[in-house]
Amino acid sequence: MTNIRPTSTSTPPSGTVAARPSPAPVNAAPSMPAAPPASDTRELHRELLRMMLLQRRFEERCAEAYALGKIGGFSHLYIGQEATGTGAISVLRPDDYVITTYRDHAQAIARGITPRSVMAELFGKAAGCSHGKGGSMHLFSREHNFLGGHGIVGANIPIATGVAFGIKYRGGDQVCLCFFGEAAVNNGAFHEALNMAGLWKLPVIYVIENNRYGMGTALERASAVNDIAERARAYDMHRAVVDGQDVLAVRRVVGEAVQRARTERLPTLIESRTYRFMGHSMSDAVAGTYRSRAELDEQLKRDPIALLRAYMHERNEISESEVAELDAAVRAECEDAWQFADQSPEPELGALMQNVTVEGDGGPASGDGASSADNSNGAGGAPPAAEPSS
Amino acid sequence: MATITYRDALNQALREEMQRDDRVFLMGEEVAVYQGAYKVSKGLLQEFGERRVVDTPITELGFAGVGVGAAMTGLRPVIEFMTWNFALLALDQVVNSAAKMLYMSGGQFAVPMVFRGPNGAALQLGAQHSQAWESWLMHIPGLKVVTPGTPADAKGLLKSAIRDDNPVLVLEGEMLYNTKGEVPDGEHLVPLGVAELKRSGEHCSIITNGKMVLVALQAADQLAKDGIRVDVLDLRTVRPMDEAAIMATVRKTNRAVVLEEGWSASGIGGHVADVIQRECFDDLDAPVLRAHQADAPMPYAKNLERAAKPDAAKTIAAVKRVMYLDS
Repeated sequence: MTNIRPTSTSTPPSGTVAARPSPAPVNAAPSMPAAPPASDTRELHRELLRMMLLQRRFEERCAEAYALGKIGGFSHLYIGQEATGTGAISVLRPDDYVITTYRDHAQAIARGITPRSVMAELFGKAAGCSHGKGGSMHLFSREHNFLGGHGIVGANIPIATGVAFGIKYRGGDQVCLCFFGEAAVNNGAFHEALNMAGLWKLPVIYVIENNRYGMGTALERASAVNDIAERARAYDMHRAVVDGQDVLAVRRVVGEAVQRARTERLPTLIESRTYRFMGHSMSDAVAGTYRSRAELDEQLKRDPIALLRAYMHERNEISESEVAELDAAVRAECEDAWQFADQSPEPELGALMQNVTVEGDGGPASGDGASSADNSNGAGGAPPAAEPSS
Repeated sequence: MATITYRDALNQALREEMQRDDRVFLMGEEVAVYQGAYKVSKGLLQEFGERRVVDTPITELGFAGVGVGAAMTGLRPVIEFMTWNFALLALDQVVNSAAKMLYMSGGQFAVPMVFRGPNGAALQLGAQHSQAWESWLMHIPGLKVVTPGTPADAKGLLKSAIRDDNPVLVLEGEMLYNTKGEVPDGEHLVPLGVAELKRSGEHCSIITNGKMVLVALQAADQLAKDGIRVDVLDLRTVRPMDEAAIMATVRKTNRAVVLEEGWSASGIGGHVADVIQRECFDDLDAPVLRAHQADAPMPYAKNLERAAKPDAAKTIAAVKRVMYLDS
């Protein structure tokens, strides 16, 4: 056998897991005590539930806004997959990095970007988190170290690897969390990046969101290997499989990987087995072409929000009326986001030619947050960049 | 003023900028242990260590993306492509990531980095290793593209490129690495986006860039023997292009030939001719002509390759035509 590391963090694939989430410990973050008081656990569970509900209600409003023409272009909804982004991001520190794909609305919210600023971006408004320049697929926030939604399948994987390279270069203890779909693993960028991460031992966690379909092509029709976490063997990398509908399991598995990245500077490849309840984007049928209605109905039984709610009920951590209160609160927050986005001004036409280059904003050292000095993120010790003579 | 090779000028630029700023690192194929496929990085591993001089697998798309991620989060990578021919594999990261990140993030994430390497045809390397990419790359908003033609410009432009807060592509001349020239002592920076008149005359302007600067100067020497004195304008940076310098030379000579290494379609000459017809229509005494590579992949056979490449003779013929001296 080759020097394959044990898959200590593996859990059974989702298809064989009981509907109830794993009762395993959820406090994966290294700073948390091993056995938190029950009230802390309850608060954590409530927050995870609130966060997933917020994302769900937010994206339901996205679908509505898209139908009304308030959101243009492409719009890829995350409904059904909330446990993966929510659980994974919940174990990060604020100074860690997150980078993702075009299916990025819910993860942006999970990272703490306000629903107002995400909705304003989707509505193409200046108050959006990318100032109306990015749109649905390109949500960014420097404040949250949210390095973007990226629109080319696989392209964010080498970038994440470079972020981790930079962390190691500076001697930092942050990590980079990188999301992408299962279809991206057939892409050269995936292989090239994971090879370097394994070779150089970089603090990056690659989370494959295996929702079973790359647009309309099933995993089995696209990949020679269906247990795609196994691909980590090719890069001498830790690997794990997790039930992506179980937010607590995701928290635990990603938490272990984050700790390994932070303390040992080692990468991990995690396959989160999940399911997309909506179409690939707003333009395809939810079922009937590449997947059957029966399959979808079966998967709907494993709604990540319902699973967590049932688990909390069982432990008497939340009552039906408290769930209703939570739901009402997030619905109100989404309504507020809609109203804010709807009433916000469009970008000034002058914005068209701004941000093409750094100079386009009035000089290389412009104070808009794009200058190299602001870009250093605590690199320390480096001189400010002098400007070329002119 | 020291006389050094183009290769050593680039090496000095890298060394000085790495000494000056710990955020600068060099990454690419064979840059470290092998000392550079073209020896541009000679001695840098020994001076700066493997943290800052990083050999990669043969994985252009991957390490170009690594550079983008490092640049977004505070470093200033210099990514070497063994040649720009191989960079084609990495263009998704150059075009879709590096060039657009600042814009699509609404100004939040700059990508201060350099992609560099040899560009253009050398000798008998065949179709896949013999192409000039600047006209492709200058098409993209968000990028800067420089094509140094002399050792002094190689050093000064690379240093400025490393200090720039945008992604800058440095297209070096594969056939220029051994050429020598004077390079000013001490700190030498050449600003991006500023052309330079390499020869001054009054009868015609030859507007060119990169490796073709030497060809244009050869043509100018030969033309001078016939009493034809030309301006040779070296664009140096093709994006952003120094349109004021183009206008100034054309208004002086009233005739222009654009000489470029690559193919004609969507070429640099087409862009320069557009600037001239738009801004200098009333100054022209003749149509603008172009000299460029034959519209075919580069052949291997010596005679065919020679026939395909733009050269001094073709440039002289074009100059004589715009001066109506060709009949």
